[in-house]
Amino acid sequence: MSESKFVYVTYIRTTPEKLWRALTAGEFTRRYWAGTWQDCTWQKGAGWRLMIPDGRVGDAGEVLEIDPPRRLVLSWQNQFIPDLKAEGPSRATFELEHEGDMVKLTIVHEMDKLGSKFIEQVSGGWPLILASLKSLLETGESLEATRKWPEGM
Amino acid sequence: MDFDPVFRALADASRRDLLDRLFEKNGQTLSELCEGLDMSRQAVTKHLVILEEANLVATLWRGREKLHYLNPAPIHDIAERWLRKYERGRLRVLSELKKILEADDE
Repeated sequence: MSESKFVYVTYIRTTPEKLWRALTAGEFTRRYWAGTWQDCTWQKGAGWRLMIPDGRVGDAGEVLEIDPPRRLVLSWQNQFIPDLKAEGPSRATFELEHEGDMVKLTIVHEMDKLGSKFIEQVSGGWPLILASLKSLLETGESLEATRKWPEGM
Repeated sequence: MDFDPVFRALADASRRDLLDRLFEKNGQTLSELCEGLDMSRQAVTKHLVILEEANLVATLWRGREKLHYLNPAPIHDIAERWLRKYERGRLRVLSELKKILEADDE
């Protein structure tokens, strides 16, 4: 298989509309996604940038597909770590499905390249960020470790 | 979070073996997972259903192929809930063990 793929499925007690907002709106992402926010108009073909609190661009790409509050596909390329940037764009797919009083969130982050360092890196990062997102929506509090951008990174 | 289905799913050596195989190579079909295993295809299917119900395994379709992926969400939750909490104690035990072993050398 000539691809690297990270798959993550979580069930969150919330509504698809709230989860969509939590995934896209800066006032939410800053709280569970290491202080970052996304610079995007959320329309198909629009540019997308993940902004680091100090003003740097962390990652950039574009909106490949968007169908709120069900599906979002982004092209996604690291911008601040040369080795990872050199791997080229990855693709992140977010799918939200209503199941009873829960929303099933599936995230697939992939690159058409075997042994991608970038996918390895995001595989280490997503679980904590997404556990924090779940905590924020279910308890009103994100996880302590995800509230600030890591020092020196 | 309800950990019971996760721990039940993990309380079986064959299912832990299947998770290890997915850790080695993520995104396998049922046939690939059956290769070299001393289990019937039916038994593997049954184990995969239990793993999927516990959210330890996620499946995605690629054309007509169903691919199985390790889902890190419940493992991460276990680490947060059961391991991190005791980490400080564990480090203390290790440092004491080190002291004892080093004292033996003298």
